[in-house]
Amino acid sequence: MGSEVEKKAVFDTEAAKVVVKELRESFAAGKTKSYEWRVSQLKAILKMMEENEPQIVAALREDLSKPELESSIYEIAMLKNACKLALKEMKHWILPEKAKTSLTTFPSSAEIVSEPFGVVLVISAWNYPFLLSLDPVVGAIAAGNAIVLKPSEIAPASSSLLAKLVETYMDNSCIKVVEGGVTETSALLEQKWDKIFYTGNGRIARIVMAAAAKHLTPVVLELGGKSPVIVDSDINLQVATRRIIAGKWGCNNGQACISPDYVVTTKDYAPKLVDSFKRELERFYGKNPVESNDLSRIVNSNHFARLSKLLDEDKVSGKIVHGGERDKTNLKISPTILLDVPQDSLIMNEEIFGPLLPIILVDKVEDSFDVVNSTGTKPLAAYLFTNDKKLKEKFVATVSAGGLVVNDTTVHLAVHTLPFGGVGESGMGAYHGKFSFDAFSHKKAVLYRGFGADAFVRYPPYTNGKLRLLRALVNGGLLDIIRAIFGWSKA
Amino acid sequence: MEGSIAELRETFTSGRTKSVEWRKKQLKALLDLISENEDKIFHALHQDLGKHPAESYRDEIGVILKSVDYTLSCLDKWVAPKKEKLPLFFFPAKGEVLSEPLGVVLIFSSWNFPISLALDPLIGAISAGNTAVLKPSELSPACMSFLIETVPLYLDNKAIKVIGGGADVGQRLLELKWDKIFFTGSPRVGSLVMTAAAKHLTPVTLELGGKCPVIVDNFSSPSKSKVAAKRIVGGKWGPCAGQACISIDYLLVEEKSASNLIELLKKTIKKFYGENLKDLKNLSRIVNKHHFERISNLLKDPQVAASIVYGGSVNEEKLVIEPTILLDPPLDSDIMTEEIFGPLLPIITLKNIEESIEFINSKPKPLVIYAFTDNETFKKRILSETSSGTVTFNDVMMQFICDALPFGGVGQSGFGRYHGKYSFDTFSHEKAVFHGAFFPEIEPSIDSQRIGDPLRFLFVNGRIPLKLMATKLEESEVKDGSDKKKQGEEELTKNLPDPPEKPEPGDCCGSGCVRCVWDVYYEELEAYNRLCKPDPKNSISNSS
Repeated sequence: MGSEVEKKAVFDTEAAKVVVKELRESFAAGKTKSYEWRVSQLKAILKMMEENEPQIVAALREDLSKPELESSIYEIAMLKNACKLALKEMKHWILPEKAKTSLTTFPSSAEIVSEPFGVVLVISAWNYPFLLSLDPVVGAIAAGNAIVLKPSEIAPASSSLLAKLVETYMDNSCIKVVEGGVTETSALLEQKWDKIFYTGNGRIARIVMAAAAKHLTPVVLELGGKSPVIVDSDINLQVATRRIIAGKWGCNNGQACISPDYVVTTKDYAPKLVDSFKRELERFYGKNPVESNDLSRIVNSNHFARLSKLLDEDKVSGKIVHGGERDKTNLKISPTILLDVPQDSLIMNEEIFGPLLPIILVDKVEDSFDVVNSTGTKPLAAYLFTNDKKLKEKFVATVSAGGLVVNDTTVHLAVHTLPFGGVGESGMGAYHGKFSFDAFSHKKAVLYRGFGADAFVRYPPYTNGKLRLLRALVNGGLLDIIRAIFGWSKA
Repeated sequence: MEGSIAELRETFTSGRTKSVEWRKKQLKALLDLISENEDKIFHALHQDLGKHPAESYRDEIGVILKSVDYTLSCLDKWVAPKKEKLPLFFFPAKGEVLSEPLGVVLIFSSWNFPISLALDPLIGAISAGNTAVLKPSELSPACMSFLIETVPLYLDNKAIKVIGGGADVGQRLLELKWDKIFFTGSPRVGSLVMTAAAKHLTPVTLELGGKCPVIVDNFSSPSKSKVAAKRIVGGKWGPCAGQACISIDYLLVEEKSASNLIELLKKTIKKFYGENLKDLKNLSRIVNKHHFERISNLLKDPQVAASIVYGGSVNEEKLVIEPTILLDPPLDSDIMTEEIFGPLLPIITLKNIEESIEFINSKPKPLVIYAFTDNETFKKRILSETSSGTVTFNDVMMQFICDALPFGGVGQSGFGRYHGKYSFDTFSHEKAVFHGAFFPEIEPSIDSQRIGDPLRFLFVNGRIPLKLMATKLEESEVKDGSDKKKQGEEELTKNLPDPPEKPEPGDCCGSGCVRCVWDVYYEELEAYNRLCKPDPKNSISNSS
């Protein structure tokens, strides 16, 4: 037949159909619903991460020159944490939730049952190829779904390692990896899924959601956005600077969706802040950061060119106060700070997703909120460094973003008790911890009724007396109910 | 139209709708709107759908009054930020989840419950603090004009607008950018709505329908069969003559019980709605000619017509169709493949009632599965082996009025949920807030300069770090000598974080969680006390 060979060569709609059909059969057989299966697959992920740490670190180094420490913390340790948490808590998550019933439906009991959606598609991104692929998968497994994972083709070494590892460690009748780019993704998107979980950018997200609309498939979209950092004066400057650096350049050299995108601070405080940045950056990455092994590289030449264009724009090229070195052959850009960048520049109008950090100046720190809100789009995260309680309160009340962090950056990602997800342009839906489980579960409402206490008032033939009784029932006054039952109308 | 949307956005930006007072005021105004215009509503519903006032009160007015009351009584609780437990390692940081309004939202309602399906989502939108456009269905024109005329008299019309019109208006509305779209209607239009929403990355809630089955098990007790028949007849033909998304679409029963059940159903229909077509009462009419024809056409297939065991007559002039029961119509006929949305009830007989699970699973996921049974094992099987928005045992429609249950579909019957707190959540963004402090800072006590921050991730679930940090800090203190200690203590009191907040009485769910909010509180308190105790043995100064 030779189709086996062809299937490997091109993954078209037909091939996608075959994959979905197989998973649908496994799901229908109830395989993924059992608690034991879920536990076994989560344990398989743990084992996979434990036994292959060196290979994963190597793949990430190949794709992104990601420093080993970053790989083992952000990609491996965090993923293992997610697995362990799910393994520990899943037995509570899967229990039905009791719901209160009202007098109107008495006698009855009600509960909310979490059931798996069915066959789900996870499309992940290249910047954290393991974490962003497997973290949603952990949720999908915990909830009992069959899964197709499509890793990003922009991180090819990680993608093929993922495919290989998932095939070796996990139940392939229920969990599959499909590698590929636009053609493969389009073929997958044509199929009917029960949920699509997409991590990436707003442009593709629109395509994903429109494709999902054809089959009425719910989506979770994890996108990015320009996440601001507002810096007040009168703070522990050294700690603040370090935390910003750790969130910006220590997270894949700025190529992370929750990385600080720009800083807003007062004119008076900016020089101090810039000095502190310079000092700490040098301590972290040395005098020649382009050669530092502690910084990821830019993922590919397209992105390198995009970032170069942002830097080369006339309006901003003179604003560089730190860094700016570029190494085109090795795709490295050093941590770069730009001071007092105009709002209408390119760099302030798209997500930077790289090691450039513009600083916007305001007269009073209170004005920063207007700067953040004036973009009209809601970012995935917003950060504020301050000791002023009033300012914190105003920040929480006026700035809308997926998540807010006061006096730190990116840490909310690691807190499984907080939902992680965007709003507006930064996406919809949330995950992490129990929220991952919920993202992949349908919450089925169940009402149990007995046969007794059948209120005649519900049924025709309708009379004015019944109308009165209904009214009394709704208004809830016992006296009214008695009055109505006996036909005493209210004066 | 664009102008009024711009006005809504302006109102939202002004922050007026965010205040809880505004929300409550609007909800109370909604109560007034309903109670002061009851007769007008009865009249409009009668005009559009021939609904009897008692039916209108039960399914529309009562539903809204109850919903507003419930929301008003719970709103303060819902808007309060939810404190979240953080892993101890992050102490003294605090986490909370804050519900904030999404912004300007669009609500499409449908014609079958033109008042409740329009105002119920609106209650959610208002309670969450949004500004909203309501686009009622043009297929129930009297109710639409009622809403257009009356809503501005009661509600803040700079924040809530009703826009009337047909498909073209809907189309134009969909081209604009919204922060949320809530749609009640058919899967076909639902798909169009979501496609349009995708352009602006607008989240949607789709409340659709589907073929909702009712499974009727064998009952040995005649009284139970009777109650089942009453509830089925009341639930199928009562609300809008079967033109409801949660109405029963078809019935599954064992062959041997079918004839008995049909007799009971017939008897109940006669009692509830009368016998002849022209004497029918308490029954809504079909909404319009188009739907009347669609439903009558379902009956025209000769094989389907042959399966009619009760009713089947129609009155084209009055748009009334008699309650009709069909026994085993062909499974590939339109009546068994399309959503009926009318007063026809096909009964499908099975050899064994357990086959119903397979039968239901061969069709798209419905909004509700109803099952009348005493068999606990069968109940469990239905729950775990089928999928639907809701499952209701031994009754019909009652789930709709349970504020504590989420109402919404899955698969073909839609997604997203509302009612009660779920309505509030549907129109809110749950914003995660992490409150960190500058103290204590771990980095300076660790040798490597840049390892500090990421290191904290390593210990996400650990308790060791705090101890580790404490020892590190203690060591540094010893080195620093005693004169610095005083200074350190001064700095300490200045930089001291807020003490951990005691859980409110309602914060503990009382179900004996492994790590209860109280456990977390006492751990935090202990750590806090250790940090601020002036006892020289335990004192820790800020070494940074």
